[in-house]
Amino acid sequence: MPPLLQIGGLSKRFGAVVVADAISLDVPAGQALGIIGPNGAGKTTLFAMIAGAVAPDAGRVVFDGADITALPPERRCRLGVARSFQIPRPFGGLSVFENLMVAAEFGRAEKSANPARDCVDILDQCGLADLANRRAGALTLLQRKRLELARALASKPKLLLLDEVAGGLTEDECVALVALVKSIHATGVAIVWIEHIVHALLSAVERLVALHAGSIIADGIPRDVIADARVAEIYMGIPADA
Amino acid sequence: MIARGFHIERGGRAGAAWALAAAVALAAAPAYASSATLGLLAQVFAYIALASLWNLLAGFSGLVSVGQQAYVGLGGYCLFALTMFAGVPPLLAIPLAGVVGAALSIPVAALLFRLRGAYFAIGSWVMAEVFRLLASQISALGGGSGASLPIRVVAAVAASRQAREFAIYWASLALALLVIGLIVWLLRSRWGLALRAIHFDEAAASANGVDVRRVKFVVYGLAAFGTSMAGALIFLQKLRISPDAAFSVNDWTAYVIFMTVIGGVGRIEGPVVGAIVFFALRLTLSDLGSLYLLMLGVVAIAAMLKAPKGLWGAFAEKTGFEFAPLGQRVVYDNQTGKPAAAAGGQGDKP
Repeated sequence: MPPLLQIGGLSKRFGAVVVADAISLDVPAGQALGIIGPNGAGKTTLFAMIAGAVAPDAGRVVFDGADITALPPERRCRLGVARSFQIPRPFGGLSVFENLMVAAEFGRAEKSANPARDCVDILDQCGLADLANRRAGALTLLQRKRLELARALASKPKLLLLDEVAGGLTEDECVALVALVKSIHATGVAIVWIEHIVHALLSAVERLVALHAGSIIADGIPRDVIADARVAEIYMGIPADA
Repeated sequence: MIARGFHIERGGRAGAAWALAAAVALAAAPAYASSATLGLLAQVFAYIALASLWNLLAGFSGLVSVGQQAYVGLGGYCLFALTMFAGVPPLLAIPLAGVVGAALSIPVAALLFRLRGAYFAIGSWVMAEVFRLLASQISALGGGSGASLPIRVVAAVAASRQAREFAIYWASLALALLVIGLIVWLLRSRWGLALRAIHFDEAAASANGVDVRRVKFVVYGLAAFGTSMAGALIFLQKLRISPDAAFSVNDWTAYVIFMTVIGGVGRIEGPVVGAIVFFALRLTLSDLGSLYLLMLGVVAIAAMLKAPKGLWGAFAEKTGFEFAPLGQRVVYDNQTGKPAAAAGGQGDKP
């Protein structure tokens, strides 16, 4: 079976800054993949190119066997690519429930028989049931992060792109969120997760990729990637000869 | 996980009852109101329709157009052309003008949607000027100096003068109700959910499957449909048309923006309240000559400073009352006396 997501030679530069330098990466269906890398390594831009918000200068994105490089974000969403934003972007004036309804009504390949039912179930799963009628703009940070996840799930994705969902949370909140991500992964959704909170990431992913200056410098099982000398030097700041 | 029982509540029954009562009272107005009052009310209704449509564009869809006079003028000219040259009955020409406006809005939108924000606003104005110049080239309709509606066309509305006044009054009321009804229906449909999502975060809406461009296209077309009908009706009231009057940015856009802003942008009730306030000011101040326009400016500035969400916006925030709430509330069944969370978004209040 071909991989769910195939990225081939994806490049992007903003002026003189190269944020993606011919990145190639395959993600099999159902995999949980973590991405680490220092600030400015090109992680979020990579997501933006997969989700369709930023057009690459070169290379292609193949999802579920179809070339989606030229498709706008809404079409990719309907094919099964869901994205949670680094800084949560709820529809502030809509209720939490209505936020999910947008994705359930518009973000799916096939119309749901009962989108409201699906949304209520997802709210339950994400611990937001009691906040269903709360205005999304009035949520706390943890609640907003949960809402990003819940809204992404409402489009019934095959691939979930998580951009620093654990950042800014307390230790307890972080544990709760990792448990939620794991429960989502257990339903068969492939996950690509960018995260600086490495211990949170490592507790949930089966594969780790390290990105630096727009290139992949390590790719493999998390233990090996973390132990890699270049990753240690670039990301953890430990000199290679130490 | 046990699936919870729930149902969705939309609310708005009280508002609908009030609106229905008002509509019935207004429909019966020919029985008790004077001819001058009916004429004035017909103008108010046309402006309520125009302001509601501008609010749909700018307040709900982020399409700040200052060129809607293009469709007012187009509707007016369609009325004259259809009745004078094709023998179409005047009242039937009104919906036909709407169809022509909607059809023409497709190529116009294809051009204008390449522009964003302020550029879109300026572009829409330029487009209206193009329409005005084209209209002044139609020599059969008087070119730059315009034309009057022939007596035979006027007589085709209804035989007696009083019957004509009644017919135009009812047509104006019907148009305002149709436009408001259409907007409420649209905003409460799944398209409305998409529009409200776009209003708060366009990129997030797009990432969640909303085709932003298509939604805006549909809204622009609907607004063109309604605005063109309003234009046809306005010039049936006036009986005379000229390019400068038909495509006036002052009459059909500046006043309309004034009404919407003081009434409350982004709220269904706002333009209705604004139009009533505008006409009340005009009735009381119009004897003052150009001082009247200065007063309008002062009112607009005061409203923006003191009630930036408009008169209705301030009222709705205080009382929580809305005629047509847009939101959906989840109410869980079998919960032990626990109310379903606090108030939600715009239009979500209990």
